[in-house]
This record gives sequence, structure tokens and C-alpha cells, in this order.
Amino acid sequence: MPLNVVLAEDSPLLRDGLIGVLTRFGHRVPAAVGDAGALVAAVREHSPDIVVTDVRMPPDNSDDGLRAAIALRRERPALPVLVLSQYIEQSYAAHLLDLGGDSGIGYLLKDRVGDVARFVDAVARVAAGATVMDPEVVRQLLRRRHDPLQRLTPREREVLSLMAEGHSNASIARELFVTEAAVNKHVGGILRKLDLHVDGRGHRRVLAVLAHLRA
Amino acid sequence: MPSRTAWHALARHPLGFLASQWPWRALAYLLSGVALGAVAGVVLLFLAAAGLVSLAVAVGAVPLLGVALSGVFVARVERRRLRLVDLDPAPDPHRRPGRPGLRGWLETRLREPATWRELGFTAVSLSALWWMDLLVLGFALVLPVFLMTSPAGDPGAWPWLVVGLFLLPAAPYTVTAWAGARAALTRSALAPRDGEPGAELTEVRASRARLVDAFDAERRRIERDLHDGAQQRLVSVSVMLGMALLDTDPGSPAGRQLAAARGEVALAVDELRELARGVHPKALTDHGLAAAVGNLTARSAVPVTVDVRLPYRLPAAVESTAYFVVAEALANVTRHSRASRAEVGARLETDLLVLTVGDDGAGGADPAGGTGLVGLADRVAAADGRLRLSSPAGGPTLLHVEIPCR
Repeated sequence: MPLNVVLAEDSPLLRDGLIGVLTRFGHRVPAAVGDAGALVAAVREHSPDIVVTDVRMPPDNSDDGLRAAIALRRERPALPVLVLSQYIEQSYAAHLLDLGGDSGIGYLLKDRVGDVARFVDAVARVAAGATVMDPEVVRQLLRRRHDPLQRLTPREREVLSLMAEGHSNASIARELFVTEAAVNKHVGGILRKLDLHVDGRGHRRVLAVLAHLRA
Repeated sequence: MPSRTAWHALARHPLGFLASQWPWRALAYLLSGVALGAVAGVVLLFLAAAGLVSLAVAVGAVPLLGVALSGVFVARVERRRLRLVDLDPAPDPHRRPGRPGLRGWLETRLREPATWRELGFTAVSLSALWWMDLLVLGFALVLPVFLMTSPAGDPGAWPWLVVGLFLLPAAPYTVTAWAGARAALTRSALAPRDGEPGAELTEVRASRARLVDAFDAERRRIERDLHDGAQQRLVSVSVMLGMALLDTDPGSPAGRQLAAARGEVALAVDELRELARGVHPKALTDHGLAAAVGNLTARSAVPVTVDVRLPYRLPAAVESTAYFVVAEALANVTRHSRASRAEVGARLETDLLVLTVGDDGAGGADPAGGTGLVGLADRVAAADGRLRLSSPAGGPTLLHVEIPCR
């Protein structure tokens, strides 16, 4: 299904590249802007299906893009937001995760867009309400929580990473070349060992897992 | 860490302060202020009167000259008195006279701005401050005692006794607060200014701090250039390669070459990101010290407990000094300590940032052994801070750093 994407990226070269990728896969980009103020205006004007934004942008060249996205999301709780970032540091992703809510959230390192098919797939998943976390950011979160994760088997830790990145059981099964029933068993074991009481599937599960890792 | 000033002591430990010597020092400061003010006031009035009366016969100039130079003597006593409530040194701002003898001394003193500043301070001190000392002492100490003792034998006056009982415990705070204010005023008026002798040390420190600031600004610029330039271009190249791959058979030689090129670009982007972070962590500017330290520990191989609680963002120079101290200290923990866990703490105590980095490792860290600790100490010293290390053989190691936030 073609999506209306409002894009914010201050480097003109990369902005054109991203427009090329999105339109190539049949999506529309009604507005592509280069600063945080223009992003807010463009979203109000076009009411897109998803916002894709850079973190660091004018006017302050601080995390203006991220802050604009968060403000927009507060204004429109149903707006899916995918943030492209140059930073692995969890303090950036944390601001986004604090949003919670039922609509999609994504945080990807910028260089992931080179794998264009995967990037466009992430855009579609976030637009559909999923949570997508960059594997590198998840790896950092896992590294931080040494103690409770000791209880997990290596395979369970692998599954946990993929859960935190926002994969469904079916896609974890594909990724690890195992059956979905096996994944179900691992997920149950993980949630039990980490003492997480959530429904074993979907967006809320990802948020719960991420919240646990950040705590 | 002992407090350097009465104000500092009061603000840091409002209760423990009562048991310290600071309230007594503040009291002594105000009492001696009253005494000095009374004596100096009488002497100066007498000199001025004598000078004016005898001005007709020319010798009057001598007492008036005495009045003009009185500030030099009053200020000397004031700077000594200052040590009662402020342990930081207050050097003499005067130059050594160019020639020996009274004439040389007079010539030098009368030309120095410090002399006239001191005279001004003496005038303010005698006309406005010393009787305030008296008033504060009277209100803080005499009034409560008076209230408590006057109703003896009068059964209707017991409420005054209660008021007195409540006022008396407040006395140390009132006395110290005013003594601190008085001392701060004295320091700013009587301490050396730029270009005056005692100021040289201050100037060297300031220039060292400026160097560090310039160095930090430069690192920020390099990080920005890396981000806006090379990183963005490489990501764009990666998108172009990705697009080209869509139109290429992945099994063909061209497809394999393109995929390999994209892999190389991804590695270059990774390396640049690491480099940029090492040069200047952007999260420090964007989210502050607590978040940046949290990010650091997320990357540490040794589990780290973080307890950084700061009421507000600190000056950029302090944040970056503190960040690099923690970064280097954690790197040392990972490299040398064989610790199983570490902890980082930060608190703001009035205007002093207190950082601690501890680990349960083997200890025996020696500043003379490697450049890391020496670099840390230099960096902290340039920010006018202090670094102390306790690392007995067998551990544990504790690094304690204080950085003033002025």
C-alpha cells in the first residue's frame, strides 16, 4: 500500500537519495524539508501516514529533529514516527521510547538506509504500528543489563534481541531458521525468566522488553 | 571534603554545620568587625577633624594624608579577618615601592588604584557595614535572650519565652549568612584585580582554563564537520549503492562488487561514528552529563552502577571535564583493575561538582605509572578542581574529583 511520507533531512544529497528510495518503492513524499520548524508545518499541512526524520537538524543543530518528532507525536498520538540517527547512544532512543502509545515508533541508524529494501520495509512496518529498534542500539541495551540476562540461554538472548528490534515471532523464526513453535517456546521462557507479564505478541511486547532493558 | 567558606559549610550541611566551628568563626568575624569599625571610625573622625581644623596652618595636610591612606591599613586587617570565614587566600594587591624610604612608599601607594579602592571600601565599611554587624548580632543573639529572660516572674508573658526559644536556634544561621555576605563583599573589593601583583596566579589559571575551553570548542567543531561532511556523504553513497543494487542481479559480478562496496561504506560510517564520539560526544551537549555518563557505561565491559543526580545543567566546560574524567576512569577500570563492578556518582554540592568513580578491582593504581591518570589530574587542575585517588594494593580503588562550577 503506498504511503504518504513527510521526510526531514538537512543534507540535500541524502534527502534526494531518500526521496528516490521511497518513490522507487511506490510511496509518495508530499514534503521533504530540511529543518525542524518546516517539519512541523509540513506534517500539519499534509497529515502524512508516517514521518521519517533525521535527529540533528537546524535551527539549533542539536537533537531538533527528534524533539520535533516527539512534539508532533504528542500533538497527534496516532502519527507513526521513524527517526534516522547518527547516534547509537541510548539517550537518544530513550526520548523516543518514553513516548509509548499505540502507533508505530522506529529508531534506526542512518547507514541502514543503504540496505534500501530493508529500510523501506521498516518504514512500512512502523507505519503499520510496529516498533522497530536498531539492532546496534538493542545490542547496547543488552550489554548494559548483565545480571538478569545471565539466566537466559544463548538462543534466548538471540531471540530477545530480535524481539527488542521489533520482530514478530514469524519473522524471528525466519531470521533464525527455526519453526514458529520453537520461537513461541523461547519467548515464553524469556518473559518468564525476566518476570515480564505481557501478551506474547505485538507492539506492547516490544515496548515492555525495551522498558525492561532500559530500567 | 572540608568546606572552604562559612557559606559553603552552611549550604552543604545545614545541620552538621551547627556542630562545626563555622558559626563561632562567623561570630568572631562579626564581633571583630564591630570592634574594628568602632576603633577605625573614632580614629578617622579624629584625624579628619584635626586635619580640617589645622588646614589653615599647612600641617593639616598630614592628618588628611593619613585619612587618605587609612584604607591600606584597614584593608590589611580586613584581609586577615577574612580568613575567619573564607579559607581561600586573599593576596595583597599592592606593589613593592619603587624606592626605599617613606617617600617611595607614599609615591607608590598614592598612585595605585588599589589604595583608592581600599579607601572607598573603608568609607562604606565605616558608614554602612559595621553597624549592620552590630544590628545582626543584636537581633540574632541579644533579642532572643532578652525575650526569654524579661518575663521572669510575669505569668502572662510566657509567649515571649516561646518566641525567644524559637529565635535562638536561628542565630547561628543569621550570623553566618551575614558574615558570609560581608566576606564576599570584602573579597570582591579587596582581592587583587587584573594586573595587580597577587592577580598573576589568577591570570595563569585563567589562561590555562581558556586553553582548555578553546580545545573543547575545537573538538566540537571537528565533530560537527565530521557529521555534516564525511558522514552524510558516506550515507548518501551507501543509498546510491543500494539503489544501484536494486537494478543489478545480485549474483552477477557487478552485483557482488556493489554489495561489497556497500559493506565497506557501512564499516567506514561505523568507524567515523566512533571517531566523532571520541572527539566530542554529542549526547553531552544535547542531553547533559547524566545521560552522557549513562551512555558511556552502556558501552563498558565491566558492569557500572550510575548515580548521577544533578539539579540542572552545568556549565559546558564543567560538563566536558567531568565527562572525560569519567570516560578515562572507566577505561582504566576496564584495562587495569580486573574489577567485577564499578560505580560512578556525581552530586552538586552548592557550587562544587563532586564526582566519584569506584571499583572493586585489584587497586594499586599509580599516577606515576601511566599517562592516563596524569592527564586526568591536569585536566581537572585546569578547571581549578582537585583530584584524589585512593588505590591501595588489593583494592578497592576510589577516584574523587571536585570541580567548581563558577
